[in-house]
Amino acid sequence: MKVMAQMAMVMNLDKCIGCHTCSVTCKQAWTNRSGVEYVWFNNVETRPGQGYPRTYQDQERWKGGWTLNKRGRLALRAGGRVKKLLSIFSNPLMPGIDDYYEPWTYDYETLTNAPAQQHTPVARPKSLISGKDMKIAWSANWDDNLGGGPTLTADDPVLKSIGEKIVLDFEQTFMFYLPRICEHCLNPSCAASCPSGAIYKRSEDGIVLVDQDRCRGWRMCVTGCPYKKIYFNHRTGKAEKCTFCFPRVEVGIPTVCSETCVGRLRYIGIVLYDADRVLEAASTPDDKDLYAAQRSVLLDPDDPEVQRAAEEAGIPRDWVTAAQRSPVWALINRFEVALPLHPEYRTMPMVWYIPPLSPVVDSLSTSGHDAESSGNLFGAIDALRIPISYLAELFTAGDPKPVRDVLARLAAMRSFMRDVNLGREPDVGIADAVGMTPEDIEDMHRLLAIAKYEDRYVIPTVHVEGADPGVLAHRLEESATECSLDYDGGPGMGGSGPFGETSGGATPIAVENFHMLKQRQTGDTVVDPGDRSKRVNLLNWDGKGEAKDLLPPRAEKDEP
Amino acid sequence: MTGREQLLWVVLPYLCLVTFIGGHVWRYRYDKFGWTTRSSQMYERRILRIASPLFHFGILAAIGGHVVGILVPKSWTESVGVSEGAYHVVALSLGAVAGVCTVVGMALLIYRRRTVGPVFSATTKNDKLMYVVLAATIVLGLVTTVLGNVTGHPHDYRETVAPYFRSIFWFSPDTARISEAPLGFQVHVEMAWLLFALWPFTRLVHVFSAPIGYLTRPYIVYRSREQRPARRGWEPVSRPDQRGR
Repeated sequence: MKVMAQMAMVMNLDKCIGCHTCSVTCKQAWTNRSGVEYVWFNNVETRPGQGYPRTYQDQERWKGGWTLNKRGRLALRAGGRVKKLLSIFSNPLMPGIDDYYEPWTYDYETLTNAPAQQHTPVARPKSLISGKDMKIAWSANWDDNLGGGPTLTADDPVLKSIGEKIVLDFEQTFMFYLPRICEHCLNPSCAASCPSGAIYKRSEDGIVLVDQDRCRGWRMCVTGCPYKKIYFNHRTGKAEKCTFCFPRVEVGIPTVCSETCVGRLRYIGIVLYDADRVLEAASTPDDKDLYAAQRSVLLDPDDPEVQRAAEEAGIPRDWVTAAQRSPVWALINRFEVALPLHPEYRTMPMVWYIPPLSPVVDSLSTSGHDAESSGNLFGAIDALRIPISYLAELFTAGDPKPVRDVLARLAAMRSFMRDVNLGREPDVGIADAVGMTPEDIEDMHRLLAIAKYEDRYVIPTVHVEGADPGVLAHRLEESATECSLDYDGGPGMGGSGPFGETSGGATPIAVENFHMLKQRQTGDTVVDPGDRSKRVNLLNWDGKGEAKDLLPPRAEKDEP
Repeated sequence: MTGREQLLWVVLPYLCLVTFIGGHVWRYRYDKFGWTTRSSQMYERRILRIASPLFHFGILAAIGGHVVGILVPKSWTESVGVSEGAYHVVALSLGAVAGVCTVVGMALLIYRRRTVGPVFSATTKNDKLMYVVLAATIVLGLVTTVLGNVTGHPHDYRETVAPYFRSIFWFSPDTARISEAPLGFQVHVEMAWLLFALWPFTRLVHVFSAPIGYLTRPYIVYRSREQRPARRGWEPVSRPDQRGR
């Protein structure tokens, strides 16, 4: 047994209102630069829908993730090492910019520069790729809220794999939102696909990162990731991906997407797992057993045996304690309501989802039933076969049973807690029906409905030899306390080294922020001139007070 | 040895070689972040799908041919029983295929670079200079070989260029040999020296990151947080008044 710790997330889809705040704040923190205009480390998709990039779940086409070869051994679906090297000069399986979308800005200047004329001047869209006028035809969430629209939804790969004729009429449909970040998989196929070995999994917390100094831009990771959560920065020629906001979680604060989530639907915590068993679990023959296999890799932090092994593996005591308190562990294993996204890709994804009961509840209440009576709910879960099989296709490789069980537990919690809240005698039979105790149900309700910040985010800080979290916090706030000019390729370099815009060192985030504001205010071109120094820094915002630089400073009012 | 020969075949080559080696060392230390292929596949896929493998496999074969033709002495191949005639036929046929692939691939790539808007706007001055020198070197090499054979007087470069090139590495450049070579070969060699000098400062550095190690490394790479290469400059000093929040 080799115990390792993994930073993991659970998202409660019932609470997602599709407001995209997570996406926007993530973009502000990480991808508000040229070269990654089209990149959303966090995006929110409407399901059913095509997703972003379009139809990324169609692995027959994109060949992401792992599969079992003829001998039953785990192999990259896009081909092994030799095939990768032979196709290195042109990767046929890489999505093009059209599969994401062509990013654009607007020619706002004409609004103020236009001469006096009869018609109102118009700010036309300009491509951020070519700089030319363009017709906007797609975006990262073009089919937002169009869950039942037959034109676009019909191409949803998940719907197709259900293999039933589904009525996509608006009045009979269902939809929900699916926020996605990098899965920080236990068995990351992006890392396995990287010819340079630049993508690595951090041994302390399992966060998957791209070493920007070692990445050589071979683009195989984009193909390798079945979730298409690795992106190619077309300016620097390097791969970039969600970092789980590691500078934040290292000091114990949650990721930007979680911090700013309006619905408070995200939970962050660590889980302990047995690294020796990952390969075996990922090689489980039947796709439908992968969900169970994935859970079986996780270790119970309350087990003394595990604790001893964790200590031997050098996992600090407070990390084990954090694993015991982890809301993620509780949702996955104690309440068994969190499911992995597409376990059949065999990457062992570590962002888990509580499937939405809302389509069922909505359907009941619109048809005039009491949507919180356990009898009605339990019956409806089975009757509404299509949402179940759709959810199963997303979360359990098509096996409806675990999904039905989760929805039943959520339904049971609703009915049980209604009685509690109305001061009636709660029906223990409801809890029994889903194999839970009344205490379990109340604990689950507390975690899902009223958990506070400290309960939703149980993030142990990183241990650094000879340093304390204060020092790390200090590093996080680079520009505030250090001279931001103290590095190579800094402001004096004008954002561009001698060998093109990508050379020189990577720029610390706060410095980019500084330059972004300056250039926004002084630039005279419509299209971003291509310097990398442009973004508001939400990275060190902890949710208290106003985010620095998000809004321009207030103009000093003259004394009257 | 005239002063001109001295300059062209001794001083310039050594300057270029020093720049080539020193430049790579320096660039690797200074600019790992800029060390990339700078792929433009995001912008355009269709032409690239054909042109890029054509060019790259062609030039790899051409490089292989140069290694055999220039680094391996003629006496070695003859001692294993390969006659000059046999060598020439093999070298010319394989070389012609590789050369044509390279040139066609390169022509397509340059066409693509010029005509596809986003690719063109991602082309730096540095890239343009590199393209000129690289294309000149390749075209000169191919034209010289083809012309020599078409006119029926193929030049045996293994008697002139090859010994000269090897002598560079013994630090006693055999300028007499290279001076005997036809003008076409001489210009090709000079262009190649220039290309070597330019090499470390262009995107061509990606040649040296050919990911051979991928064949043997384990699929999943684990790295400790502490193995992060330290940022150059001073470590920030923590001040007690700023600890914690």
